[in-house]
Amino acid sequence: MKHTLSVLVENKPGVLARVAELFARRGFNIDSLAVGTTEKPDISRMTIVVDVAEHSLEQVRKQLHKLVNVIEISDLDPETSVARELVLAKIKVNPENRSEVIEIVDIFRGNIVDVSRESIVVEVTGNAQKLRAFEELVKPYGIRELVRTGKVALPRGK
Amino acid sequence: MKVTGAKALVRSLEEEGVEIIFGIPGGVLLPVYDVLFESKMRKVLTRHEQGAAHAADGYARVTGKVGVCMATSGPGATNLVTGIANAYMDSVPLVAITGQVATNLIGTDAFQEADTTGITMPIVKHNYLVKDPADIPDVVQEAFYIARTGRPGPVLIDLPVDVARGELEYHRREHPQLPGYKPTYKGHKKQVRMAARSILEAHSPILYVGGGVITSGATAELKKLAVDNGIHVTHTLMGKGAFPESHRLSLGMLGMHGTRCANYAMCETDLIIAVGARFDDRITGKLSEFAPKAKVIHIDIDPAEISKNVRAHIPIVGDARQVLKDLNAAIAEVRAEIKAADRSAWNAAIEEWKEKYPLAYERGNGLKPQYVVERIHALTKGDAVICTEVGQNQMWAAQYYPVQKPRRFISSGGLGTMGYGLPAAIGAQLGSPGDLVFDIAGDGSVQMTIQELATAVLEGAPVKVAILNNGYLGMVRQWQQLFYNGKYSCTCLDRERTPDFVALAEAYGAKGIRVKDPDLVDQAIQEAMESPCPVLIDFWVDPEENVYPMVAPGAPLYDMIGDLLYPVEKVHPEKAEEPFL
Ligand SMILES: Cc1ncc(C[n+]2csc(CCOP(=O)(O)OP(=O)(O)O)c2C)c(N)n1
Ligand SMILES: [Mg+2]
Repeated sequence: MKHTLSVLVENKPGVLARVAELFARRGFNIDSLAVGTTEKPDISRMTIVVDVAEHSLEQVRKQLHKLVNVIEISDLDPETSVARELVLAKIKVNPENRSEVIEIVDIFRGNIVDVSRESIVVEVTGNAQKLRAFEELVKPYGIRELVRTGKVALPRGK
Repeated sequence: MKVTGAKALVRSLEEEGVEIIFGIPGGVLLPVYDVLFESKMRKVLTRHEQGAAHAADGYARVTGKVGVCMATSGPGATNLVTGIANAYMDSVPLVAITGQVATNLIGTDAFQEADTTGITMPIVKHNYLVKDPADIPDVVQEAFYIARTGRPGPVLIDLPVDVARGELEYHRREHPQLPGYKPTYKGHKKQVRMAARSILEAHSPILYVGGGVITSGATAELKKLAVDNGIHVTHTLMGKGAFPESHRLSLGMLGMHGTRCANYAMCETDLIIAVGARFDDRITGKLSEFAPKAKVIHIDIDPAEISKNVRAHIPIVGDARQVLKDLNAAIAEVRAEIKAADRSAWNAAIEEWKEKYPLAYERGNGLKPQYVVERIHALTKGDAVICTEVGQNQMWAAQYYPVQKPRRFISSGGLGTMGYGLPAAIGAQLGSPGDLVFDIAGDGSVQMTIQELATAVLEGAPVKVAILNNGYLGMVRQWQQLFYNGKYSCTCLDRERTPDFVALAEAYGAKGIRVKDPDLVDQAIQEAMESPCPVLIDFWVDPEENVYPMVAPGAPLYDMIGDLLYPVEKVHPEKAEEPFL
């Protein structure tokens, strides 16, 4: 079962290594991990998607908490949180199908960030489902390269 | 006024009240050792960094203070690793300081460079790579604070040589600033009340106690809980001394080499009150058949231990001493509301098991290791500090040296580190000079750190090393005998040929005594006790004696094999006798 953990950590050297090492050592699977600074420069937020059973999730949280640099952990409920992911995709195009691809990008409210003769690079954000749908649609044209950021998320309201 | 990083480090250690540092210098530690030369802190030069870490660990276990060890970069640091892992597994407060190559060389595979913080990450509570001299006072303060609070453990500080040589304005914070580190000491009130109620309602409760009771100094509170409510107590290896073993409510140790009584009680109990213990596999046996009838109250300062292996019905996160105090008060209150359950059947069953299945070994023919331990116990009046190595010697020490007080039984539990005992004994002796300190050793283990005899001699640590010399890596041999068709693959140490432990002891400047005759055991122990020097006694014991009773690895606790009274026969309390409830 997938869970999204939002983890506030002290912005200290080695903190990502500590988290990664912990997951590896305890045999917890990370689906994705995104780190970035927050509104406070000395604090970073990690959004970690883990794929574990309920019982192990408890262990993941408790073990994470034991890391001295970890300040706060919340298990984000999809109902009460917003989550986004960004994908950059380089799609093969030719003069004939270029406008068709651009149309798809538009439908997904994506942006074209780079154009060359044989390809375009597009950026699309959304939840995992939307990005999967987008990928499916552009696949027939040929995806040259693709990268996803991993999920970032925040609780709604308050 | 500016000071060097090395000066700041030493001053910070002094401010933490450090009395003694175990270690070995090297290139990148020169600035630190240069300053230490003038410091009033005692420097103990060990003969191997593993010895330094274990000595600091033994010192910490006996005194309850933070142990400090030091090593140079690269090989010095990697030699510390076993000792750090050992302290981590047994939750021992330790601060390890390692030298590191200069910051501009880090990452270049410089001479004697090792990624010490990377290597130790999974075996420390926390670690630091100090890059700015100005951080030194705060880092040291934090390191000691983290090491000794909450669930104690080792903290490592890696100090590059240029940082040690650099300068700073010495400034120390009032309190460490650690926004992510806030151990819970006080148990949840409602949970404590619930536990109190369950305890009174239980028909067959048992206290299962571990090292956490000793760490938190909760022995008085534990005793009150047990005695006021007439609850029997079983302890882990780490919990030896948490409850007086001579007490009528003590069932002795449980688990793989525990007493039948303790293990049967675990199988039948309806309420386990676990305090500062972590349901290790050596304790539970086959997990799916562990304590099938029991409700579990789990008291531990580390929330991650609760429901990790065995689900807790009433989890209580907090310091054992604080929680037990509150629990005793809550029981007094609840007692006014409900009547305690009748436990006469349970108490009778326990008395019967106790009587029927005492620890026993075959006396007579030759020198038995158990006999040696019994005599050490008798002649030291049960009041020595006992350190152990790992293997059969460790289990016999645990079985035949009952302990009445905390911090008197020092053994490598979680990691099972051969070579732990001798350096730990030296640390324990230096931490508690007035005590008689024995290392109950195996011939295999002791050779892993035997060079620390030099440290013992030079530092005036008159430890007594009692080798239960069976000429084998005995515990492994026992498993080969029982589970691998008696094929003794690489377990014979050939004591007839090597080493001559007596000559070895003498070579180091210690005293050596050899004993092969049971009639000479007392005399040798007496002589060792009276000697002001380190003494090694080489007891040539029965080579193929086994540790019994035993729960085979992966077997359930009731399935205990082979001891004198019930050789290799399965005895389940329910099948063997009348059910008692
Ligand atoms: C460093 C280390 N290496 C290997 C082992 C595996 N091991 C466990 S007990 C044991 C035998 C110990 O022999 P000895 O010290 O003679 O003790 P005995 O069991 O004979 O009393 C071994 C090799 C270990 N625990 N630690
Ligand atoms: Mg041996």
